Amino acid sequence: MKIVYNGEKDRAFKELFSEKIPALCEADDRVIYLDADLMNCIGTLGWALEHPDRAIDCGIAEANMVGVAAGLSAVGFKPIVHSFGPFASRRCFDQAYLSGGYAHNAMTIIGTDPGVCAQLNGGTHMPFEDMALYRSLPGANVMDIADTVQLSDLLDQCVDMEGIKYIRVPRKQNKKIYGDGSHFEIGKGVIVREDGKDCAVFACGIMVAKAMEAAEVLAQEGIRVTVVDMFSVKPLDEKLVTELAEECKAVVTAENHNRYGGLTSAVSECLSMHCPTPLNYVAVEDEFGEVGPQDYLEERFGLTTDHVVRAVKEAIACKKG
Amino acid sequence: MLDEKQRTELKKLALEIRIAEIEAIHSLGAGHVGGSLSITDALAVLYGAIMKYDPKDPQAEDRDKVVCSKGHAGPALYATLAVKGFFPYEMLSTLNRPGTHLPSHCDKLLTPGIDATTGSLGQGTSQAVGMALGDKLKGLDCRTFLFVGDGEANEGQVWEAAMFAAAKKVTNLVWMIDDNKKQLDGRTKSVLEPFDFREKMEAFGFDAVRIDGNDIDALYEALSVRAKDKPRAIILDTVKGAGIKDIEETEANHSLPISDEQYEKWTSGLRAELAELD
Repeated sequence: MKIVYNGEKDRAFKELFSEKIPALCEADDRVIYLDADLMNCIGTLGWALEHPDRAIDCGIAEANMVGVAAGLSAVGFKPIVHSFGPFASRRCFDQAYLSGGYAHNAMTIIGTDPGVCAQLNGGTHMPFEDMALYRSLPGANVMDIADTVQLSDLLDQCVDMEGIKYIRVPRKQNKKIYGDGSHFEIGKGVIVREDGKDCAVFACGIMVAKAMEAAEVLAQEGIRVTVVDMFSVKPLDEKLVTELAEECKAVVTAENHNRYGGLTSAVSECLSMHCPTPLNYVAVEDEFGEVGPQDYLEERFGLTTDHVVRAVKEAIACKKG
Repeated sequence: MLDEKQRTELKKLALEIRIAEIEAIHSLGAGHVGGSLSITDALAVLYGAIMKYDPKDPQAEDRDKVVCSKGHAGPALYATLAVKGFFPYEMLSTLNRPGTHLPSHCDKLLTPGIDATTGSLGQGTSQAVGMALGDKLKGLDCRTFLFVGDGEANEGQVWEAAMFAAAKKVTNLVWMIDDNKKQLDGRTKSVLEPFDFREKMEAFGFDAVRIDGNDIDALYEALSVRAKDKPRAIILDTVKGAGIKDIEETEANHSLPISDEQYEKWTSGLRAELAELD
């Protein structure tokens, strides 16, 4: 594991998808890719048209797509399913739940453009609840992706895993966090910055880079925080959450998701059971999305570096003793 | 064409399955008897004459598969599988009991011979399409037989799956609609008029036929045909509760209690029919 964050942009996730999905299908003839008329949006269409037996365009019918994926899994295939986040979660949740999870049919479900990353597609396309849904599916893995190195490694792992794996990830680029070849363990958080123990910040997805920026700002003010990329929202790394809460005695979560049901909920549940600790959060305040460029939306929904800085200061102020 | 001996054997099998269904449902006291009886003749023909399967190896990769998307007809499948030796006949009396391997709705994880988990209506259709597509991609010479309820066809997913199956030429799929004309709240015509299922399936890109779904010869003929460039739909014109007059004549017969007296009357009637065929 190598942390290479320096504020620079990563390559686009779409670019990685255009290489990675064909590579996964070509490496294993049981891997099969299904999409709901959005292949062109993640750069896989050109390859897909040449490989109609390996890439199935299901049309704009997500419920059927997930059901077909379940049937393919039942006869030995390893489906990768993609749509935009709201359609890969809300629109087909009963199918993912029953035809998928309940029936022990395995699939990797990719929901692109989570939360504010939906940008100009607007509120109808802006899932702030997808992690809440998939966290409630027994045995499901829920991952919010920070950069392309992480996505690549997790896709390698997910295709061979049992159960439902839900991956939320933007199509455009984030900031680069990890060095090439980094390996991630699902269920284990990654400490991406360790200045000190004034506060522990657990972030996921696009909020990891913002938490890194916030840590830099805070460091200049003498506040030393530890930042964790909690990409694996389920299963949660309860051991790490508990250990850092015990050491720091103040915790902040940061997620591009409703405060209900996602990372904030997961960390709160863990802390209340194992190590009651003051917690503050940077998350969407139980609202629907709206249209706009991402920087506007991040400000509108309170998902900026400044919000993380403020949340950390408030959490520290709440420390007992 | 069936010869006389084959016809008699299939009729006997259908009677044995009906007896087993009534045994199972009576052991519990009540259950989804109407829609189980309506597909019983089709199951008898499938398991008696059409399908390739081995009760000792229910997971064989190249087996023909059955998906009962109208998952509440589980008792009809369980009865068929018990008669055919997938599991001990006595297991039928565990239907819906705590810890059972025979839940009200089909569960592939629990019951030997059940190929798909169904019950949330509509979902078996896409699973069946995916299974058939997977078998086809693997180059296997096997078919998937799908039962869809006429009431179930209210679900939009059914039509998504039908469109997909035809568009992707999933020709090793046999799509049966059990048109028994009733759903839980009443006649399908009055709840949500389905119009003509055969015409609809044809419009969706299937080769579609409508047959008497309680007629052994018609079923054998229709199920024997192998599809070529289009998947095949068979609209089963059936009677809900078929084979037991009292149930056929009960208007609201989706789920019924079975008293000890009814059990005696119906099973002895079915056994008498069986004896006549011997």
